[in-house]
Amino acid sequence: MKISDFELYRELLLRNSGLSLTAEKSYLLDSRLTPVARKWGYPTLEAMTLALRGLPDTNLLNDVIEAMTMNDTAFFRDMPVFTALQDTLIPHLIKDRGRRRHLRIWSAGCSTGQEAYSIAITLKEIETRLKGWKIEIIGTDISGQAIRKARNASYTQFEVQRGLPVSWLIKYFQERDDIWHLNDGLRDLVTFEQVNLIEPFDELGLFDIIFCRNVLHYFEDKTRQRILDRIGEQLAENGFLVLGAEENLNTLQTDFQPLAGCPGLYGHNTGRYRLDTPKQAASS
Amino acid sequence: MKSCLIVDDSRVVRKVAARIAADLGFDCHEAEDGDQAFSFCQATMPDAIILDWNMPVMSGLEFLEKLRAMENGQHPKVIFCTTENDVAHVQRALHAGANEYVMKPFDSEILHHKFAQIGLL
Repeated sequence: MKISDFELYRELLLRNSGLSLTAEKSYLLDSRLTPVARKWGYPTLEAMTLALRGLPDTNLLNDVIEAMTMNDTAFFRDMPVFTALQDTLIPHLIKDRGRRRHLRIWSAGCSTGQEAYSIAITLKEIETRLKGWKIEIIGTDISGQAIRKARNASYTQFEVQRGLPVSWLIKYFQERDDIWHLNDGLRDLVTFEQVNLIEPFDELGLFDIIFCRNVLHYFEDKTRQRILDRIGEQLAENGFLVLGAEENLNTLQTDFQPLAGCPGLYGHNTGRYRLDTPKQAASS
Repeated sequence: MKSCLIVDDSRVVRKVAARIAADLGFDCHEAEDGDQAFSFCQATMPDAIILDWNMPVMSGLEFLEKLRAMENGQHPKVIFCTTENDVAHVQRALHAGANEYVMKPFDSEILHHKFAQIGLL
């Protein structure tokens, strides 16, 4: 893709969604945008790019933005988040919730389930530390189709190779006719529900950790603010909110404070968080 | 600039993998079999190796075992890239010192993820 074309798409994305497209993601643009060009009858991607420089149809613009922000869903997207989950967040909660021995985790905007199952695998890897604990992982998404697929816990060979270390692939999945099926033991750790974030979701209850990564950018500021306020109400006292690594709450007034120890980590403004990150623990 | 050696007896696969690795910022080199790869590494140790399993003269597994036994043989990050997708093959590869394992067919996204995962990016 020509640099000038890449710049056009980068500008478009930034202006319309606040997300910035880095050069390393440029290789994704061709595969994401070619189907859009086809849909709109353009003979080539270049032809569509040319049209976008003029006064494009709003619907075309929407399709283009959607294609670029399409949930890049993969297992262990941003591995440092899961390392922090294992090394910092869970150990902290084990200490903090010691008496209750019950953890509830929500993967909001879970799409086809990869994030929720990545959380499950992370917890399974430290299951000896969680012996006797009741763990609930809930995944929600607006798409019924995505939820159905998530419940199935069966993925193509392409899907299981995006983000999933091969040692965990062979440990937790079984292959049958080039389809990889998550082991029942892990599948049973997660329940999925179809939920639209702009509608009430208080029936889901309170959570110790809420993952809401790269979902909120689909909404404009006012709606995003309202959703975050309501998510805050579902977050237990001294619970954690995890947003996408490239997201931030700077343009909003929320009751969250950023926390160190994990990319995209936030806590209640009123909470008292004393997190021992592995580096601190090692030096004490 | 980091270097990547692509080892596969298929010219098409070598070209595809080389293009992807080049896009990721690697200076790419090719070898048709394990023996050629071994000779290459004796001269210059690459930073990354994309390795096929079934090749004439010397298989990928045999090459990997010889590589890891070399001085500085622990340096290259090795990603197996093969049609074999059963657990036994994966385990053997990891046991012999592979860092990751890609099952064919693959695409640029998968290689990108694997490269990132093992710290090549």
